[in-house]
Amino acid sequence: MRIRTAGVVTVLALALAASGCSGGGDDPETPTSAAPAGGKLVIWGDDKRAAALKPFAEKFGQENGVTVEVQAISKDQQTTFVTASQQGSGPDVMVGAHDWIGNLVQNGAIDPVQLTAEQLQSLAPNAVKAVTFNGQVYGVPYATENLALIRNTKLAPTAPATIEDLVAQAKKLKADKKASEILCLQVGQNGDAYHAYPLFSSAGGYLFGTTAGGDYDKNDLGIAKPESIAAFKKIQALGEKGAGALKRSITVENSIATFTAGKCAYLVSGPWAITDAKKAKIAYDISPVPGFAGGKPAQPFLGVQSFYVAAKGKNKALAQEFVTNYVTTPELAVALYQAEPRPPVLTAAYDQVKGTDPDLAKFVDAGKNAVPLPAIPEMATVWDPFGKAESAVIAGADPKTALTAAAKTISGQIKP
Amino acid sequence: MTALLERETVPAEAPEPSGRGGLAGPLVKIALLGLVAGLAVWAAFPLIAERAWPGLAVLLVATAGLFYLYAGPRHIPAKYLIPGTLFLIVFQLFPVAYTAATAFTNFSDGHRGDKQEAVVAIQTASVTRVPGSTEYALTVATTGDPATGALTFLVTDPASKVVSAGTPDGLTALPAGDVTVNAAGRVTAAAGYTLLNGGQASARSREITDLAVPTPGGAIRSQGLSRAYEGKAGRAYDAGCDCIRDTTSGKTWTADGEVGAFVAADGERLAQGWRVGVGLANFTRLVSDSAVSGPFARTLVWNLIFALASTGGTFVLGLGCALALHSPRVRGRALYRTLLVLPYAMPSFAMLLVWRDMFNTDFGLINNLFGLDVDWFGGAASARIAVILVQLWLGYPYMFLVATGALQAIPPELSEASRIDGASPWQSLRRVTLPLLLVALTPLLISSFAFNFNNFNAIYLTTDGAPFPADNPANGATDLLITYTYRLAFGGSGAQYGFAAAVSIFIFVIVAVISTVSFRRTRRQEEVYS
Repeated sequence: MRIRTAGVVTVLALALAASGCSGGGDDPETPTSAAPAGGKLVIWGDDKRAAALKPFAEKFGQENGVTVEVQAISKDQQTTFVTASQQGSGPDVMVGAHDWIGNLVQNGAIDPVQLTAEQLQSLAPNAVKAVTFNGQVYGVPYATENLALIRNTKLAPTAPATIEDLVAQAKKLKADKKASEILCLQVGQNGDAYHAYPLFSSAGGYLFGTTAGGDYDKNDLGIAKPESIAAFKKIQALGEKGAGALKRSITVENSIATFTAGKCAYLVSGPWAITDAKKAKIAYDISPVPGFAGGKPAQPFLGVQSFYVAAKGKNKALAQEFVTNYVTTPELAVALYQAEPRPPVLTAAYDQVKGTDPDLAKFVDAGKNAVPLPAIPEMATVWDPFGKAESAVIAGADPKTALTAAAKTISGQIKP
Repeated sequence: MTALLERETVPAEAPEPSGRGGLAGPLVKIALLGLVAGLAVWAAFPLIAERAWPGLAVLLVATAGLFYLYAGPRHIPAKYLIPGTLFLIVFQLFPVAYTAATAFTNFSDGHRGDKQEAVVAIQTASVTRVPGSTEYALTVATTGDPATGALTFLVTDPASKVVSAGTPDGLTALPAGDVTVNAAGRVTAAAGYTLLNGGQASARSREITDLAVPTPGGAIRSQGLSRAYEGKAGRAYDAGCDCIRDTTSGKTWTADGEVGAFVAADGERLAQGWRVGVGLANFTRLVSDSAVSGPFARTLVWNLIFALASTGGTFVLGLGCALALHSPRVRGRALYRTLLVLPYAMPSFAMLLVWRDMFNTDFGLINNLFGLDVDWFGGAASARIAVILVQLWLGYPYMFLVATGALQAIPPELSEASRIDGASPWQSLRRVTLPLLLVALTPLLISSFAFNFNNFNAIYLTTDGAPFPADNPANGATDLLITYTYRLAFGGSGAQYGFAAAVSIFIFVIVAVISTVSFRRTRRQEEVYS
């Protein structure tokens, strides 16, 4: 009796499981049989990009007789991509920032792409330079971004020529109670190297020297060099104990909001701030970030969004076809621009949209002097210590002490 | 987590018909076992596809074991123990073992895969276009079946429109009469060849990427499905010397199995390395590297203070509220209790960020409300006070809840009896209620301590370790061991999983020692009061 119960239970349980399997199994089978035999191309991007890519990916799939899947990765795209690639569950095409390249290459996660001379000429030269690493082009760039000075034209009708000019104007506004802050440039408790870099470069500092081939040289760390210390002295003069233009209380969260609330006339930010400014109905204009009087021009970092061919993708030939021959068409570049308004790299697409969006040309103009974000993996060691040195100096610490400590921390982490 | 799952699972399996009884028991059993079988089948297909035979064997044994155990009426104790044990293995033991194993490797960015993968990555990355070479239009074709036949690249020289057939044996020009070429230069028909369409070609993607047609200057490779280029590998692996050789300069990088990288004579390393065992190196780095060990003692002391203050502070505050609301004379107790629990109901992630902004010097609510000008996160003492205040606010509702529960479990006769014996309310609380409460709450206090000891979010989302002294950007005044070592392991040159694993084992040891000692003391205390 007992044995019979056990047997009945087992058989029924298996039957139930089997019925469940056949029921669920139908769904994945149907698309496979309907889809062409060609296999699948998987593309990963962030949420906005993935949505914009979808129609074009589908069109590409139809033209080539393959299924194309666009998946949105909301967070930690780079780490997710590297880890998934290593496990063999990564995509065929990845969309991301160009300063990932060094890390992606050392992990063997992406392959170089070979563009024709004609294709290279159709792209903005500084963007091509940004995706070139160790003499190889690793991605197909499609949009750039860089910092600019955004000013409230009601408070500040003319663009300041120098940072001193800006401080003088803003102090006047502050004295007249028209604004409560001099400059909205995010610093935060632990500093922000990306936003500090234009002033740092204008004052003569540098992060890495360059090799003969034009790449950044990890063995030439400029942070504790005398010119960088001199640059931080100039930044300190703008800090909390000086002009009060740079403050740790202005953070990534409140800098744009403070500007759109009309509490400061000047904001140093990128294209992503424009949406908020428009929403707040602020009358604004965009100009290059001003440098120090008598100093070098202020150079913001240039960030470039690119398409990469995953080295461990299952369908590399198709991925290369998509990235090198399809992404370089203006229609796709315009659609990506509409998903998020940043200047397209493809000259034809840029010409097409700049007429309707005057901000684009201004951002491109502000980025004329921009230097590509260093893509070498060693750059990852710089951000944090450099930011902390910036924050300490703005609070009043000795620039030499802070930069020497930062350089020591950075060089301790750079592999030979 | 495991405990929770265990509790949920066991009763579900519990209705044990033992031969007679109702129909509900066997039905539930059949449904659950069916679910198990379904899950097993679902998990088996990917394992088979990946040829992961050990994994498949484990799956089969586990499923068969579960069926054997639950289909029959015997092995009652095992029926209760097995689900919990399985979850314990999957969610606790396996991660612990994996972490421990990782701690002895150099697993990090640049050292993720094996040596073969590193060699492939180095060679692929070194292929460059031969300067001045032709950019060909490509059509993939075959002389046999589109799905299996040997592949041929039909490449068109864009200038002369001459079509050549490329195979692993080399390039041969095809007579112009045999092929039709479209405006873009791609072959649309060729005598003796079957052209692959996009779908057919992408199904053989790997073969297409791997095909290299040798030429005098290098090799013709595909770039996508419609273009080909003549490229030359700048670096090649030489098995004879176990090294990578630069084909133009002749420089060599020899494999170093100890660091998992190709290293040149001048010390230069190639970026693409591989994963190797490094023995105790990650642990010795904890002790020997002055950047790591230097601020260690100071961080540990603050970490202990933080955990004690967070746990003790929330306990005192929570217990105080619970005692106040325990008295039946308080009106609207339900309302008060609901209000007190509110901070607990809000997501702590968001609340930590809100608190961080409230402590902002110029725009923060706290300074604005009280007319202060305190640079909260700028000074060591104020930053520490601030993070503990935040912890108090976040943590006391939990203590209030458990203390309320424990208070209600103490029979009111006890305090009544002590009152009749002439004890003051304070004495009654001190001598009767509190000892009984502590017996129930001490294990919770210890686990709360262990949690706060590693309370990563509380620091990472508020101060992120600030303030940092000007001469040390790696270790800040509010850094806990976990945030400090997180910065060391992940903030610098990419992710260093091996080192991070070593650190977490180290922190685990500290927490384990503290907890064991506390539990010992609790047991003695329980013996006294029970």
